[in-house]
Order: sequence, then structure tokens, then C-alpha cells
Amino acid sequence: MKLIFEKSVAGRHCDVLGKCDVDYAPLPEEFCRESKPLLPEMSEVDVSRHYTELNHRVHGVNCGFYPLGSCTMKYNPRVDEDIAGLKGFAGIHPLAPADTVKGCREVIDTAGKYLCEISGMDAMTFQPAAGAHGEFTGVLLIKQYHDKRGDTARTKIIVPDSAHGTNPATAAMCGYKVVNIPSAPNGCVDLDALRAVLGPDTAGLMLTNPNTVGIFDENILEITRLVHEAGGLCYYDGANLNAIMGVVRPGDMGFDCIHMNLHKTFATPHGGGGPGAGAVGCKAFLKEFLPASALMDGAKDRIQIRSFAGNFLVLVRALTYITTLGKEGIPEASQNAVLNANYLMRQIEGTFDLAYDRICMHEFVLDVASYKKETGLSALDVAKSLIDYGMHPPTMYFPLIVHEALMLEPTETETKETLDWTADVFRAVYERGKVDPEYIHGSPHCAQIKRPDEVMASRNPVVRWTPQE
Amino acid sequence: MSYVPSTPEQRQEMLRAVGVSDYKELYRDVPADMLLTKPLNLPEGKSELETVRIMTEIAEKNTVFPTILRGAGAYDHYIPAVVRSIPAKEEFLTAYTPYQAEMSQGVLQSIFEYQTMICEITGMDVANASVYDGATASAEAAAMCRDRKRRVTLISGAAHPDVISTVRTYCYGTGDELRIVPAKDGKTDLAALKEMLGDDIASFIGQQPTFYGQFEPAEKIAALVHEAGAMYVMNCNPIALGIMKTPRAFGADVAVGEGQPLGLPMGFGGPYLGFMATTTKYMRKLPGRIVGQTVDSEGERAYVLALQAREQHIRREKASSNICSNEALCALTAAVYLSVMGPDGLAEAARQSMAKAHYLADALTAIPGVSLVYDGPYFHEFVTTLPDKEKVLAALQDAGILGGLPIDEGVLWCATEKVSKADLDRAVEIVKEVLA
Repeated sequence: MKLIFEKSVAGRHCDVLGKCDVDYAPLPEEFCRESKPLLPEMSEVDVSRHYTELNHRVHGVNCGFYPLGSCTMKYNPRVDEDIAGLKGFAGIHPLAPADTVKGCREVIDTAGKYLCEISGMDAMTFQPAAGAHGEFTGVLLIKQYHDKRGDTARTKIIVPDSAHGTNPATAAMCGYKVVNIPSAPNGCVDLDALRAVLGPDTAGLMLTNPNTVGIFDENILEITRLVHEAGGLCYYDGANLNAIMGVVRPGDMGFDCIHMNLHKTFATPHGGGGPGAGAVGCKAFLKEFLPASALMDGAKDRIQIRSFAGNFLVLVRALTYITTLGKEGIPEASQNAVLNANYLMRQIEGTFDLAYDRICMHEFVLDVASYKKETGLSALDVAKSLIDYGMHPPTMYFPLIVHEALMLEPTETETKETLDWTADVFRAVYERGKVDPEYIHGSPHCAQIKRPDEVMASRNPVVRWTPQE
Repeated sequence: MSYVPSTPEQRQEMLRAVGVSDYKELYRDVPADMLLTKPLNLPEGKSELETVRIMTEIAEKNTVFPTILRGAGAYDHYIPAVVRSIPAKEEFLTAYTPYQAEMSQGVLQSIFEYQTMICEITGMDVANASVYDGATASAEAAAMCRDRKRRVTLISGAAHPDVISTVRTYCYGTGDELRIVPAKDGKTDLAALKEMLGDDIASFIGQQPTFYGQFEPAEKIAALVHEAGAMYVMNCNPIALGIMKTPRAFGADVAVGEGQPLGLPMGFGGPYLGFMATTTKYMRKLPGRIVGQTVDSEGERAYVLALQAREQHIRREKASSNICSNEALCALTAAVYLSVMGPDGLAEAARQSMAKAHYLADALTAIPGVSLVYDGPYFHEFVTTLPDKEKVLAALQDAGILGGLPIDEGVLWCATEKVSKADLDRAVEIVKEVLA
């Protein structure tokens, strides 16, 4: 389809503002723009139709199944959107006087209390704008803790090789050297490998539990004990919290700080790649290191990782969600996320190999390696063929410890009918690939586009539209 | 209530298919003494209607000001109706990051268009798909500019306090130094800047207009910074860019800013939008997602996530940033805003905001005891002295007017196109009455 710029007609416009009712103030020439920006010139109906056309070329959770592992693509309740749109939240200036923003403070305090209860933490900040931003905040808590104690020899953060890429990238942003440790054959932390790297230079450990292959690490208490014994702190990556809410708490596993992805676990929409919100919780002894705003809170000696109080309207949605679910609904969500994953895994069993054949948590990993050997078809080919059925593919090639990985996370908001249909689709692709690998290799056949040339996009980057001469 | 759709019978059937008798057995890997033995200490679940009542009551505890004369990083511009309705479309709203290009062309193309618009308003060659806000954009830009030899970042004392504080925190993370160039007359002190530049300086971050609303002599700053071999990061107001010289034309190497004025509600601070743009030379140092144009296997134009070798999921600890989720829906909102406003509408929003601010400043400073603290040219914010600050602001508040922000230097006022002459006159009348 055409780009919006290709639909622009000089002189066309929307009449939004009307006439100015005071005299214009002259801008001194040295500050004046030399030529107009090439923004689209459109009527409102042009703009509306353009974006409606684009919207038709998007697959959201509301369109169909979206089993993107590690991303918790659960249904985003519409009522949460309505509440976030209330003028009493959306129309509030972050620097309005305290006596006029009592409702905002109540949202922050109540959500903080609820999330502390769910995570087993003592204090919470909502300044981080995303999961990775929460990781950054959490590891900065660890750094400040060691710094304050004068314990400057702690220069390393331990990260398992199954971790999300954001973990090592975060540790590096906090000035730490990253020590990658190999996983045990069952995908969990290899205790001997952990013991071998722990020492007086250990600042901390970053861990996801259940881990990225969807298994709850049964040695978790021993892991956190070992790290603490070495003088390090334990950071919990909350990407997989949707498996365990109301069942077991990171705070009870021995973690000192945690981030939660409100845009995963607490049902706020992903918006095509954000905005998210990465609430960070910590135990009482780290509370003094939590971030604040220089202007809003007048905090001069605290860290700050974003302006003001973070993605507040995302928090409003999350609080609405928790209010709706309540004490019974929160564990019910997690238990059914785990049930759905196990059920789907057993229905798919017998086609592609299960990377770990055991009870899983909220997600599981398929290993396409042996199928690839047999048919020449990779995890990528299988993923692309699913698009023809109107299903978003699972996460591909992650975690890195399973080379031809497809990671599925169905979430609790999918019906048994959808899961049965999904298993049928996987079986159909599996069978077709055996007899007609070329067909699968050429997929998708009925998508918006055929497979794109990604190499060309990076080798000769065209990253903006330019007008034809 | 619950959003779990399976019926009790189906749940039993599924448990059987998995080979367990109850949910507890699904958690057999969790050490038994760690399992919660009592329910979470949360209220009971509520119906949708009850939830709406509870949350609406909380919202009503806030004061919605019909007239807002406060900015300082969050601006009350008019948001056209269609700018609210388009990003609320369920597909845009509920999609994930566009990893699968074959079913995400809508998101990818919208980002490509957004990148183009940011390039157009900043005069730059390449923009990323967004970062969290203007403060993190500044901090990411500082990281972009550092190399092995040049590690120190300078930032103007006339920048937003939250920007300074955020950049300081990011520098603390990597163990790099941040030095603050003092402000003078509401702008960067050029003599001090000159003094502080040297061969260990990676970049200077300035804000245009400054936190105090003043236009600063950016071309002079660019010359000084470049002479010292450093890079110039300009944090700019995107509405001002409708009429203001582009960061590129001023001589900046990286343009960043807070995108909230482009159609996003103030929302008590977020979600907002950090925009980042630079020249082709530094393209591969930009953090975050970048969408590129390519062709599919049949030669048709298509869009994909490009230059991913910079990113955390490929490079892990060597990535240019840890950023993963950004602010895609906010970027979409900004793109819709810029499309609806067009070049002339954006310029008009800028001109009217500036006009209203000058009208307000003239009227306020006609009141005895009220005067401008800085006398340089300004955009839509200015600082005045104000006797009886608290009393005046309280009187305004009682009349439904959010007055200027009290700061150390006086009161920082702001006006946008949204306030009418009548609103401004009424505000000025109240100030007059209190000070009479």
C-alpha cells in the first residue's frame, strides 16, 4: 500500500485550531525554520482511512491466537482502556499541587500494595517504563547497595545462558562484567557452574523463574542462598510471573528485587511495541535506593531513570485489572495459564519434539532440530507456515540453548477450542512438511507480504521516505 | 471476575489430558514449603460495573483544571479527536513488537512513516522507533556519543531537572562522568561551556528552548562544541520545531526530545515518547528499534525491523542499549497528530502557543511587582517574579486555573493554543486582585 506521504496533496489540510485570538509574537530570525517540514497534507478522512488500512495489516491479540513465548499475549480488557481514558487520570498534569492529585497517589499506593503482596516485596516504584528499564533500575539498586557499603570489588553479574538478551545488556549498562553460566541439561541452573563463578567479585545474579524454557527451578532456594552467601544480591526478572501469581512469590524464593511487566502479566496492551511499564519491587533494605523525580519529588540525591512518575496510565490499567480479578482471580489466571500450556503441549506431542518432556509452567519449547534433519525445514519455516492459518507464530530461536526453538505461551485467556485447533494446525504443518517441504519453505502463501529480504534492509538501510525527484 | 474462558468441565477434561488430578500437581517442581498456604491479601474480585465505580471514584479525587498555565515538561496542547480514536483501534492496540513482518506490515509501515516525520521536523537523516521519554532519549544519546577516549558528558544547567537527573543516573550506571554547565540568564553559560570543553568531552546536551523557555544561541554552542571535537545533542520541543530552525540547521549531531506534546495526554507523567534522530554517520550507533524498507521474495515493497545487530537480543552485553519494548503506540499517536496537523497546522500550534504565552507575559508583567526574570526571546514558557506566590497560585487554583510552577527562580508559566484570550484575561484578573 501507499505511504501516507504518497497520498499527500499540497494545500489539503484539517482545520483544527482556527484563528488566534491574540496577536502573534515574532520569532527572531536567527531561530526561524528555513523551510517547511514535508509532513503529509491531508484531510481528516484521508488520515482516518490511511490508518484504518494500516490497522487491517496488523495482527493483535484481538484478531486471533498469539502464542508468542515470553511475551504473555493475554486478552487486554477494554474496560481498562476506558478507565485510563477518564479525564480524572488522562488530564492530570504531573506537577499539579499535591492536594489536587490525591486520586493519582491512591492509584500508585494501592497498586504498590497489591503488587508487593503478589510478589512478596516490601516497596515498589513505577518509574520504569518497560521490562528492560525495570531491569536497569533493579540492577542499579544492587549497585547502590554495594557502593554504599564501600564494597567496590563486586564487579560481576551472573546471568544464565538461557536468559533474555536484556539481562546481559542491562548488566553492561550498569557497568558490570557479565558472567554467563551454562544451564544444566534440564534447562535449569547448573549448581556446580554457579558455585564455580561465585566469589568476592559477585555483585549479583539475574534470574527468571520459571525460566525461559518454562520450567520452575526446583533448586531456587539453594541458588539464592549460594548467591547471598557469596555476598551478592538476587534479581528476579518478572517476565514469567504469569505462571505463579498467588501460588508462590519471588520474595519467598529469596530474591531481593524484581521487575514485573505490567504489559504482560497485568494485561495492559503492548501497543505494537510499547508503552509498557516495568514496576520494580524490592525488599525493605533496598528501599532507600529506589528512584524518584528531581522535579516532581524534589529528590536531589536519588537515582532517576525517567521523567516524573513513569507510565502512569499503564499503571491505571493494571490496577483496574487487579481490582477486577481480585484474590481469587489472580491465582486462577496463573493456574489456567499453566494448564493451557500443559494441555497444548500434550496435544502437540507426537509431532515436533518437546525440548523438555515434563510438566511445564506457562510456556514450553519445541525443538525442530530432528525435523529439520529429516525434512530440511527449520523453526523459521514452521513459524512462517503458521501465518497462513491466521495464527501469530511462537517466539523463534529463543532461548538460545535450544537451537531450533519454537516457544509457545498460550496464556489463560485462550479457550480449549483454540488450543485444539492450534494442535491441529501444528499437526497439519508437520505432515505437509514431510511430503511437500517446498510448500512450507515457501510460506507464508496468503499473508500481507511474502518473506522479506532482511539482509538487504540492513546492508542498504532505507529508514525514511524521501520524495521522488 | 475472571477472563479465563474455559468452563469447569473443560478444565477437568484438560487436567485429565495432562495426566494430573488438580492444579496443585502442575506445580510439583515448586518446593512445598514455599507454596502459599493462604489466599493473597487482596480484595475480592469485582464485576466490570463494580470496577468502573471504584476506579471512577478514585479518578474523581483528582482535580481536572479547565485552564492550565503550567508546562515544565508536560504540555496541555489540544488533541484532535481522530488522534485519540486511531491509536485506540484494537489491532494497533493489542499487537506485540512487529517481529513477524508478514503479519505486521501495518505497525512497521506506521513506524517507518513516524521515523520519516521525526527526520523532517528535526532535519536529520535517521530516527529510531522511539525510546521511553525525552529524559531517557537524552541519556541514550549521551551513551551514543561516548567512545574509548571521550567519556565525559556535559549537560546544560538550563535543561529540565528530570533530564539532568536521568542522564546522571545512566552515567552512574556505566561509571562515566556527567558535568553540569551552569545556567546564566535562563540559558547555557557560554563562557563556562567553553571553559569546560576539552579532549575528554564526548558530548554536550542542551535544551532548546531551555527549561526556562528561553531560546539559546545554539549555533554558537554548536561551533564551540565542534571546535572541541565533541558532539552536540539537542533536546528540543517538537511543537516549537513547527517554526523553529531544525536541530540539524543549528548544528546539532543528535536531536532528541519529549514527544508528549504531539497528541499525548499529560496522564500524570506517562506514557510519553522519546524521539531520537541523527545523521547517517551515526545511524549504527542509534539505540532501539529501527524500521527499514526492503522487498519481499516477489520484489514488492515491504518493511522490516532493520539493523538488528545493534540490539540486545542479538548482541546481548555488547548491545548499544538494553531497550526492548519502546513506546510504539505513542509514536503512532505522534504520527497521526503530525498527519492531522500537517506542516501548517504544526506551525500554527507553535505560533499560537507562543502568542498566548507572550500575551500572558505582557499582561502579568503589567501588574506591579511582577516582572520577567530573563529578558531573552522565549517560546511558550517564561519565568516571572511573583510576590505572594502561594496565595496567588491558590487563588488561581480555586478558580479552576493551574497556574505556573513555583521554582527557585520565580514562577515558570506556560501557555498553549488551548487557552483562550478570555481564559488568560481571567487568570490575570485574579493575580491582580490578589496582589492589589
